[in-house]
Amino acid sequence: MSMIGKANALKSLSIVLLIAASTSALAASSEADFKTAYAAAEAANKQAGSLRNQWTTTTAALAAAKKAAEAGDFDQAVASSKEAEALAKASIVQATSEKEAWKAIEIR
Amino acid sequence: MRSAIQFASAALALATLTLNAVPVAIAAETADPVADARAFQKYFTEKFPKVKLKDFVNGPYSMNEDMHRQWEEKEQFPPYDFSLDAGKEMFSKPFKNGKSYADCFPNQGIGIRQNYPYFDEKEGKVITLELALNRCREANGEAPLSYMKDEMAALTAYMAFTSRGKPFDIKIPNDARALEAYQNGKRYFYTRRGQLNFSCASCHVQNPGERIRAEVLAPALGILNAMPIYRSEWGGMGTISRRFTSCNSQTRGVPLEPQADEYRDLEYYLSYVSNGLPISGPGARP
Repeated sequence: MSMIGKANALKSLSIVLLIAASTSALAASSEADFKTAYAAAEAANKQAGSLRNQWTTTTAALAAAKKAAEAGDFDQAVASSKEAEALAKASIVQATSEKEAWKAIEIR
Repeated sequence: MRSAIQFASAALALATLTLNAVPVAIAAETADPVADARAFQKYFTEKFPKVKLKDFVNGPYSMNEDMHRQWEEKEQFPPYDFSLDAGKEMFSKPFKNGKSYADCFPNQGIGIRQNYPYFDEKEGKVITLELALNRCREANGEAPLSYMKDEMAALTAYMAFTSRGKPFDIKIPNDARALEAYQNGKRYFYTRRGQLNFSCASCHVQNPGERIRAEVLAPALGILNAMPIYRSEWGGMGTISRRFTSCNSQTRGVPLEPQADEYRDLEYYLSYVSNGLPISGPGARP
């Protein structure tokens, strides 16, 4: 391929990427998306609660999600819900792993 | 930005957990409280050979000479004095039914702090002093107090003061449930929790005497002997319940309800391994 040909190919690729990026930016989250994401986060946090190991940051992210949804910002509401779910899942991993790992630092 | 940091923290916590999950010659879980207490006290006395055993009850002041001098000066006019006076008054004031706190406790509630918490074989659970005080109130038709500060701190300050110098004398009766409560308390003490992935032991076993920001961390040995405490950071008095719940939230863990079984068991364990060390409460801390 000639240099001009390569430049044109790169231009075309850039345009495709730009269109793809703008399309995804325009694909706003809906209230239904929020409800699904929030329910998943709440379920994970409830499981962490049953293990007596919830994190304050999960609670804060859930509150932020609800606040954003009330303000009609469903993109933010979904993002905060996903953040809450990730944090809740990390707290579950922690509680599960610590069931045995605590013994490693016990004074004997 | 905040979200990015939290995501990164979660990822970091998970990575740490994965590392922690690598088996580190974990011994079988055994329940030998006497051996535990011996090993616990040996650990601290070897880590701080210049500190006398009974001085561990002075927390960070036993770890740092400058702070010790400041504390001695502070003790001339201790910041817990107002609370102590209030506690004495509350303790002697009869309830509406004419009875008083003294009617609920052995030896009229004087000089008994060193025996709490105890395991109640009838109930099958650990009874802390704070819990016993609220049960006393409720049994006499009074509303329970908040477990965290103010009146509860004042009452326990007075009861600790009347017990100063008496060595912790926590007993584990020959009852499988008592041993289980002790073990649960030990597990809670060493278990990492919160987004920061800290256990009680991370600060108070692995790093006593070191600083976390401006604070000098207290050793776990004797840490409850000085309770309740006036903390400058709190701008007031705090109970053992306050200490436990605030430790949890500082590591970004959601605290349990005050006097939850886990906290009662934790208090049982921590008090037991400090057996023999004198009650020094109420205390003052930075």
